[in-house]
Amino acid sequence: MASDFITNWNNYPREKSKVSSPVFAQDFDTALAKNSTFIVRGNGRCYGDASLSASIVSSLKFNRILNFDEVQGIITCQSGLLLSDVLELTMPRGWFLPVTPGTRFITVGGAVASDVHGKNHHKDGSFSQHVIALKILTPTGSVISCSANENSEYFWFTCGGMGLTGVILEVTFRLKKIETGFIKQVQIKAGGLDEVLDLFEQYSHYTYSVAWIDCLKTGSHFGRSILMLGEHAAVPELNRTPLHPKKSITLSVPFNFPSFVLNGLSVRAFNAVYYGKNYKREMHSITSYEKFFYPLDAILHWNRIYGSRGFVQYQFVIPKHVGKAGIRDILTRISAKGWGSFLAVLKLFGTQQGPISFNMEGYTLALDIPINSKLFSFLDELDLMVKEYGGRIYLTKDARMKAEIFHSTYPNASSFSTFLNKIDPDKKIVSSLSTRLEIK
Amino acid sequence: MNTVLILGATSEVALALADQLAAKSINLILAARQVEKLNPVKADLTIRFGVTVAVVEFDAANTNSHAEFYQQLNPKPDAAICVFGFLGDHDKAKVDWDECATILTANYVGAVSVLNVIANDFENRKTGVIAGISSVAGERGRQSNYFYGSAKAGFTAYLSGLRNRLVKSSVHVVTVKPGFIKTKMIAGINTPGLLTAKPEQVASSIIKAMVAKRNVIYVLPTWRWIMLVIRCIPEFVFKKLSL
Repeated sequence: MASDFITNWNNYPREKSKVSSPVFAQDFDTALAKNSTFIVRGNGRCYGDASLSASIVSSLKFNRILNFDEVQGIITCQSGLLLSDVLELTMPRGWFLPVTPGTRFITVGGAVASDVHGKNHHKDGSFSQHVIALKILTPTGSVISCSANENSEYFWFTCGGMGLTGVILEVTFRLKKIETGFIKQVQIKAGGLDEVLDLFEQYSHYTYSVAWIDCLKTGSHFGRSILMLGEHAAVPELNRTPLHPKKSITLSVPFNFPSFVLNGLSVRAFNAVYYGKNYKREMHSITSYEKFFYPLDAILHWNRIYGSRGFVQYQFVIPKHVGKAGIRDILTRISAKGWGSFLAVLKLFGTQQGPISFNMEGYTLALDIPINSKLFSFLDELDLMVKEYGGRIYLTKDARMKAEIFHSTYPNASSFSTFLNKIDPDKKIVSSLSTRLEIK
Repeated sequence: MNTVLILGATSEVALALADQLAAKSINLILAARQVEKLNPVKADLTIRFGVTVAVVEFDAANTNSHAEFYQQLNPKPDAAICVFGFLGDHDKAKVDWDECATILTANYVGAVSVLNVIANDFENRKTGVIAGISSVAGERGRQSNYFYGSAKAGFTAYLSGLRNRLVKSSVHVVTVKPGFIKTKMIAGINTPGLLTAKPEQVASSIIKAMVAKRNVIYVLPTWRWIMLVIRCIPEFVFKKLSL
C-alpha cells in the first residue's frame, strides 16, 4: 500500500500514513485483521489529528444509503456518506438535517464520532440526540447494534468518542421536516460583548442562532458582533419554488496563500467591511439554506488562505454561569495578541447529553489562528484559563492540547478510557489524538 | 439502453458503472460471486434514482452454470458489460497450475463462456450492446505478466471476432483497454499518475463508447500511443527488455 502525507482541514499536523478505502462492510474486517492499529477517517474536515494515524482506513467509499422512510423522515446509511449527499436526496422531499455543522462536507460517521453541533444546539441538542441506532464493528471484530436503549454505554461513548470505540458502519437518524429550502434570517448588530451575550438570551426562542464576533476590536467596541438568527421559512412566506434554491456560485482558492497575506491589517479591514455591511441595527431577509448554514462551503479550499504552515481552530466552551466573565477574559487576551482570524464564532449552547461530548450549557467561541512559533505556548495559557472557568476544548478542532488538560476538563475522561481499554484490549483503534491525549 | 447487465459487479469499475448508469435512469442487473455484498448498492441506487436493480449470483469460473444464469434473467438485458478479471500472482502461477488456470479462466474462458450465451440471445433479438473490459497487457506478452496478458489477448481477439459476427445483426461490441486503474487490483503498486485512470473515469468512457458505438477504446488516450510504440519494437529487441 502506498504511503502519503495526510493532513486534515487546517493543514496541521501532517503525517505519513498508509491509506486504504474499503467499499464493502466485509473489507473493514480485513482492515481490522491486517493492520496492527488504525483509525477511520471520513472527509478530513476536522482541525487536527483526530483522524490521523500511521494506518488510515478511509470511509469515503463506504457511502451507500440503505433505507429512507420518506413518511417519517428516517434515514439509514453507511458511515462514509456525506451530509451533502443526504441533503441532495432529502431536501427535495422536504427533509433537512436535524443538526448541521458549518460545512456539509463531512461524513455521517464523522458527525457521530464528533457529536457535532449546529446553530440550533440550544433547542435541538447535538447530532447524537437524533441518532436512532448505530451499527459498529468493535475492535475485537464483532458487529453490534447500539442505541440509547440497547448497548447504551457503547452508544454514548461512540457519540463524541472520536472514532475510538470501533468502526461506525451504519447510522440511522431522524431528519427534520421542512416546507422550504429557505431561511428567514434576522441579523442584529451588537456594539459590544455584553450586548451580544444578552441578545443570545433574549432571542433564545429562535431555532438557529450564532454570532460573528470581531476579535481584534479593543476599547469601547470590544466584542462588537453580528448576531444571526434564523427560522425555516414556510411556503406562504416565499414567492418562489420552495425546495429548490438556485445553485449558488462556488469559488475556489487555487493554492496556499503566502503567509504575509493574512495579517493584523488585512483581517482588521475584512472585519470592518463585514461589520459595516449591516447598515441598520436589525436586518430581516430570506436566504437559501446554503447561504445560511454553509457560507464557507461556497469557497472551496478556503483553508488555503492560511498558507501551507496551516492554522489552528481554537474552540472552547465556558459554563453559562461564568460565561460572561470567562469569554471577556479570554477574548481580551486574544485581542491583545492581534493574531487575527477572519472568522470568530460565538454561540450559546444548551445542555450536554453524551458523557464524552464537547457541548455543555454555556458559551462557545471558535476562532482560526494561523500557526506561528509562539502560538502553542500562548494557547497553553488559554487552556489554563478555560480550565479555571470550568470549560473545555473541542477535540474535533484540537491539534495541540496537553493530555493533562483533557483529563482535567472532561468529567468522564477516565471512565471513557476505562471503557476503551475494556473493549479494545489490544489497542487496535488508535489515532494520533488518542495517543497525544493519553486516552488509550 | 434500458437494462444493463454488469458481470463482476463488485469491482470498483463495476460499481462506478452502476452508479453512473442508474443516474441515467437505466435499470441494472448486478451479477457477482459474492452477491450479498451488493445489497447495499441495490438499496442505494433504488432509493437515489428510483431504478430497478436486480442482484444475481454469478461465478465466471463455473462455466456450466452460465446458460442457466442467463436463462433466469427476466427481463433480459439489452446491454451487457463484462467487467470481471483477475490479475493473480504471476510468479506463483509459473509453478502452480491452479493459480495459472484461475487467471486464464477468470480473464478468458469464463468471459467467452458467458458472452457466448448473451451474444446468441442478442443476435436472435437483433439488438444489444456488449462491452468487454480487456487490457493493454494483452497487446504484447511481457515476462512480468504474460499469463494475465495472454488471457486478455485472447479476450481481445474474441471480442474482435464477435464484433465482426454480430455487426449484421445490429449488435455492437466494444473492446475496452483501460490501462492502469486506481483500484484494489493495483494497491501497493506505484503507478504513474498520468497513466492511471480513476474507476469513475473508466466507467464514463465505457458508457460513452457504448452509446456512440465505438469499437476499441483506450480510456486514457496516451495509452494508444504507448501501445503503438510497444507493438512496433522488433521482437529481437523486445525479448531483451525488462518491462
